[in-house]
Amino acid sequence: MSMPISGVTTTTGQPGPELSAGPAAGPARAGTQGLTRIGRAVRHNRKATVGAVLLGIFILVAIFPGVIAKDSPSGDNYAPRLGVSTAHLLGTTAYGQDMWAQLIWGTRNVLIIALVVGLATTAIAVLIGVAAAYLGGAADGSLSVLTDVLLVIPLFPLLIIIAGYAHGGGTLVLILVITLTSWSYTARQLRAQALSLRKRDFLEAARVRGERQLYIIVVEVIPTMTSLIVASFLTNALYAVLFASSLQFIGLGDPNTQSWGTMLYWAQNNAALQTGQPLWAIAPGACIALLGAAFALLNYAFDEIGNPALRPVRRTRVKRAG
Amino acid sequence: MRFALRRLGFFLFTLWAALTLNFLLPRLMPGNPALAMLSKFHGQVNPGTIKALDILFGINTNQGLWSQYVIYLHHVFTGNFGTSLDFYPASVSSVIGGAIWWTVGLVGITTILAFALGTGLGMLAAWRRGSRLDSVMPPVFVITSAIPYFWVGMVLVLIFGITLHWLPTQGGFNVATDTPGLNPAFIGDVFSHAVLPAAALLITTIGTWILTMRNTMISTLAEDYVRMARAKGLPGRRIMVNYAARNAILPNLTGFAMSLGFVVGGAILIEYVFNYPGVGYMLLQAVQGEDFPLMQALFLLITLAVLVAILLADIATALLDPRTRSAG
Repeated sequence: MSMPISGVTTTTGQPGPELSAGPAAGPARAGTQGLTRIGRAVRHNRKATVGAVLLGIFILVAIFPGVIAKDSPSGDNYAPRLGVSTAHLLGTTAYGQDMWAQLIWGTRNVLIIALVVGLATTAIAVLIGVAAAYLGGAADGSLSVLTDVLLVIPLFPLLIIIAGYAHGGGTLVLILVITLTSWSYTARQLRAQALSLRKRDFLEAARVRGERQLYIIVVEVIPTMTSLIVASFLTNALYAVLFASSLQFIGLGDPNTQSWGTMLYWAQNNAALQTGQPLWAIAPGACIALLGAAFALLNYAFDEIGNPALRPVRRTRVKRAG
Repeated sequence: MRFALRRLGFFLFTLWAALTLNFLLPRLMPGNPALAMLSKFHGQVNPGTIKALDILFGINTNQGLWSQYVIYLHHVFTGNFGTSLDFYPASVSSVIGGAIWWTVGLVGITTILAFALGTGLGMLAAWRRGSRLDSVMPPVFVITSAIPYFWVGMVLVLIFGITLHWLPTQGGFNVATDTPGLNPAFIGDVFSHAVLPAAALLITTIGTWILTMRNTMISTLAEDYVRMARAKGLPGRRIMVNYAARNAILPNLTGFAMSLGFVVGGAILIEYVFNYPGVGYMLLQAVQGEDFPLMQALFLLITLAVLVAILLADIATALLDPRTRSAG
């Protein structure tokens, strides 16, 4: 395998003049360099820092729930409807379960769905978007029509219908259904950017060298889109959190799963708001909102990094002064 | 003209895809769901219902898939969606007809409000770049757009309904005391029942309008024609509205046309939290009650609304922005 002549590094999601500005570096290195730049950008953007810290806390909680909550989330060992106390930080449910334990142990389910769906939808989108742009012709035509059709069919009603036919489903069904229906937006964005790359010199060079198409797509094209791919992952993870929690909330998940959406489902079924147990519904909802906010803040920060015009005016002034 | 024809072609193709998806989904599921439901009734269903289910879900396997498909399409195009199982013996069309106006009223008006307010605020934020308004709004509304909107609804119910007793939290009107019709008591009641669900929708949807408008207008403010207007000494308000905002509003206008399509199916969980008698609540009832004919018809209706809106948005964009006509 010969050494590629030129590559492109970029941290922006926008196709544009920045793309050609990168120094000549190997494309494999371009990918890791892109990631390093993203890491630096996260530290320098306040929205990104807040988002990253929030996400980090949730990941720690999901990995070590037993350290934070001593009680079992499913055991109904206590008197029902206990108030807030040091023994039960959020009180107990109408079934006598410790709510704090449910909240902590429920983190894992949501995060797994967010990460798996985020990764899987982004992978499908990269595959389809880049393949469509790079292959062109009839392949592009049919892949684009597939993408566009899926893009305009209203997703949440479709998810409800499928989950309804499947008689609700466990986490695996939720992951599968959400992944299969929600990759289209990202695929379209990635196709647009890959199209803008198609005529660049370094790809022409790879073609002249006689590299195989798969090699060009994987080693030359995809690394230049690192930041857009990361941003897509964040958006898809956010939607996975919202979709999965919503489906679990209306009872289309498995009601025995430990998750925030399921907590909301039981709270709604027991009229928690009306019977003086608001925390049962408010706490898991707040956690969904916080996790969603973490993904959204990171994502918006990426927009700002990609499009400097959007950055807060004040921050740059401070930076210049310091 | 060729552009419009191509969009129309895509519209028809997607419509066909949605119809086919609707036809294939129950048949692809492990174990025909309608068959499972029918066996639950142990033959207590009348022959008409069985016939309707047969057409929609292919219970009788003695017919080929292709001829089932042809009959299904014929029924859809003649508006025959069969009989609802939950609301038996009412037809699916009449059941939906009773619910759709609640949704169109609540979500439609809220969508228009969110668009108008959000676009205005986004314009001001971009114009006063770096002001307190501009530095507070983006992070706040990035966060609100990530909050599950049904949860905002629950918080509002808790605060204004259960704690303060200011507003009703359930249903579209007071079933016990109202006589539906054009009387002041009924109209007032409908309004007060709509305030909380509308507020929940407004809080969670307005952010997108604000951010899109702000971010687009920041780029139009850097254009030469804005500098020219400033150099000519035009009043600030005129530059803001007639020069910068007018050119920045296009993405929001397209988004608005599209979101009108999402009115029908866009607030399912809000209707669920507030037991609002609209289409979304009905869809959930149909799913939970396994009323498959109603489910199918509602999904088609929701999809059709979105498709029509997207078609109109495309045409509107082409009329307003000549650049898209050649590029499209």
